[in-house]
Amino acid sequence: MHSSAPAIQLDRISRHYRMGETSVRAVDEVSLTVPENDFLALLGSSGSGKSTLLNLIAGLDRPTSGSIHTDGHDLASLCSVDLARYRRNTIGMIFQSFNLLPRMTLEENVELPLRLAELDRAERPARVREALERVRLTHRLGHRPSELSGGEQQRVAIARALVNRPKILLADEPTGNLDSATGEAILTLLRELQSHLGMTIVMVTHERPLAEKFANRLATMADGKLLSVGPAKDLRQ
Amino acid sequence: MKPRDLTDLAFRNLRESILRNTLTTLGVAVGVASFVAIISIGVGLQQLASRRLSESGLFDTIVVTPKNNFRGMNRPNPEPESGKPPRALDEDARKEFEKLPSVVEVYPQIRFFTEVRFNNKPYATVVAGMPDSSKNSGAFDGMQGHFFSSTAADEAILQIEFAKELSDQPSSLVGQDLILRYAERQALPTSATSRGTSMNPPDAPSGGFSIVPRELHLKIVGIVETEPAAGYGGYGSGRLLMPLEAASALRAAQVNDLRDIVRDSASNKTSYSSLSVRAKSPSQVQSIEDSIKKMGFRAFSLLDASKSLRIFFTVFDLLVGIFGSLALAIATLGIVNTLVMAILERRREIGVLKALGASDSDVQQLFFVEAGVMGFLGGILGIGFGWILSRAMTAGTNYYLYRQNLNPIELTAVPWWLALAALVIAVLVSLAAGLYPASRAAKLNPVDALRYE
Repeated sequence: MHSSAPAIQLDRISRHYRMGETSVRAVDEVSLTVPENDFLALLGSSGSGKSTLLNLIAGLDRPTSGSIHTDGHDLASLCSVDLARYRRNTIGMIFQSFNLLPRMTLEENVELPLRLAELDRAERPARVREALERVRLTHRLGHRPSELSGGEQQRVAIARALVNRPKILLADEPTGNLDSATGEAILTLLRELQSHLGMTIVMVTHERPLAEKFANRLATMADGKLLSVGPAKDLRQ
Repeated sequence: MKPRDLTDLAFRNLRESILRNTLTTLGVAVGVASFVAIISIGVGLQQLASRRLSESGLFDTIVVTPKNNFRGMNRPNPEPESGKPPRALDEDARKEFEKLPSVVEVYPQIRFFTEVRFNNKPYATVVAGMPDSSKNSGAFDGMQGHFFSSTAADEAILQIEFAKELSDQPSSLVGQDLILRYAERQALPTSATSRGTSMNPPDAPSGGFSIVPRELHLKIVGIVETEPAAGYGGYGSGRLLMPLEAASALRAAQVNDLRDIVRDSASNKTSYSSLSVRAKSPSQVQSIEDSIKKMGFRAFSLLDASKSLRIFFTVFDLLVGIFGSLALAIATLGIVNTLVMAILERRREIGVLKALGASDSDVQQLFFVEAGVMGFLGGILGIGFGWILSRAMTAGTNYYLYRQNLNPIELTAVPWWLALAALVIAVLVSLAAGLYPASRAAKLNPVDALRYE
């Protein structure tokens, strides 16, 4: 099912913060390989370092030590401009609180990454429509996020994350603000999109049952360290 | 991001906090308005002074005299290398001057001392011929009566001081007649002065003339407060003004006529002791003056005085501009404040933009454009406000002048370059004000920004 070349390769990644006199090891010597088209769930309690690890993969943060290779990029060697381009073209991100821009319509929110990618204006409407079709929200193009339910907002966020056709989708607690039924619906959609579009998904969550149900593999973190990595089915057993 | 997308997003952001951004933009507008209004006074005063001086004929007039005039008679020829006899300042020369670029008109200076009889009493005065163009010079604005009905009318306009000599109630003089007594110059035949010499050398003395006393009835049509000077270099300002053609037709003997006796008059063409050449504007005086000198005449102008005037007003504008800029400086602090507040409010949004792939420079440019848009809109509004303010100042000043029975003036002026400069300054100053907030927004850590609630 998985091709042999990894989509994400983390090698002894650490991220330390200074908090006054003390140094906090948010991520501590984590090595992890995520193959292409994998759906990996990062599990762990609050403060375990899973979101920090996701931000490092997203290129929003830089590791204190170690190396990250994603889709042929050595993130450590990228300057800030190249890192922005990497986020734009290779990564799609969704968040717990959706992070849609409230004054923009759905259409404009989804168009935003295309503006940043400087895609020709004439091509944008079709791309936006295509992305919204995938999340089944084309009938609400002109609505603002506040007029939508939580599940719908997350679907818009997914459309926005996919509009630039990324190879890696990073989801930070995508079901955290949703009821369990809606959460399941969102993850069903993610799986569906993955099988259609063929992309790698790394999802941070603390909801083990959902992770076990939808992810291929589970990785568990605690105190910045990676405790275990394995196929979801094995863990379920 | 492409410029159009940046502008779109900037306008959207500005609309979002419409009240605060409108107030900030109004702050810029008030700053620009005060700048425009204050500079407009400087420009208006400069234009007023330039206009008055230009109307006086001091700075746009070149007085041309032939090289062989009285002053040069006992002195060595200033341009001996030419080797040619000096050119006569005649009708041909006049036509040549008229053909020069930027020459508005060429006219002879006619001024002569003479006597006027009014109510059988003699009054000594100076008569000056006024070209028709002087009607629009501003010197006759607010005069009593009217300007000459035609260029050859036997009419007179009196200077107020002279009119007061004639009557205790000068205004009653309009419509009355006076008698001008003058000496007409009549040329004698050349043979009468050749003293029997059959061959006259080219620079032999001229034919000479006789002087015949004449009288002319003139109707007083107006009384003028100011002292219109038809150029300079004459013998003093005219106190009795006549249409130039009428004055010219009198062939009244002038002081300079004495030199004509010793001048070559091989040709019988009318020659002038001097001609006034008026340029379109003082800036063209130098080139016209040079061209005339090349033709072989003497030419004088007061251009240097005009240059000093321009330097004075440039310094004056600079000083008033500094005061005018103070309000604009305060307005820029408003922009800094607004944008810094916007960073706090839009912290999370900046984080989202960066997560979606916006580079630091995208974020920086976005804030920059927002500052520029506020500066641009504030600039446009400010130019409008400034213009209204300047018109109000002119109207207020003219109301005061009207109450004082004085003529209205254009105190202020907002030329296109001032409007353009104000707009450019408003945008540049606003961009400078956006420099700090924009770089602060660009440096925001996206992880911290996304965590911000």
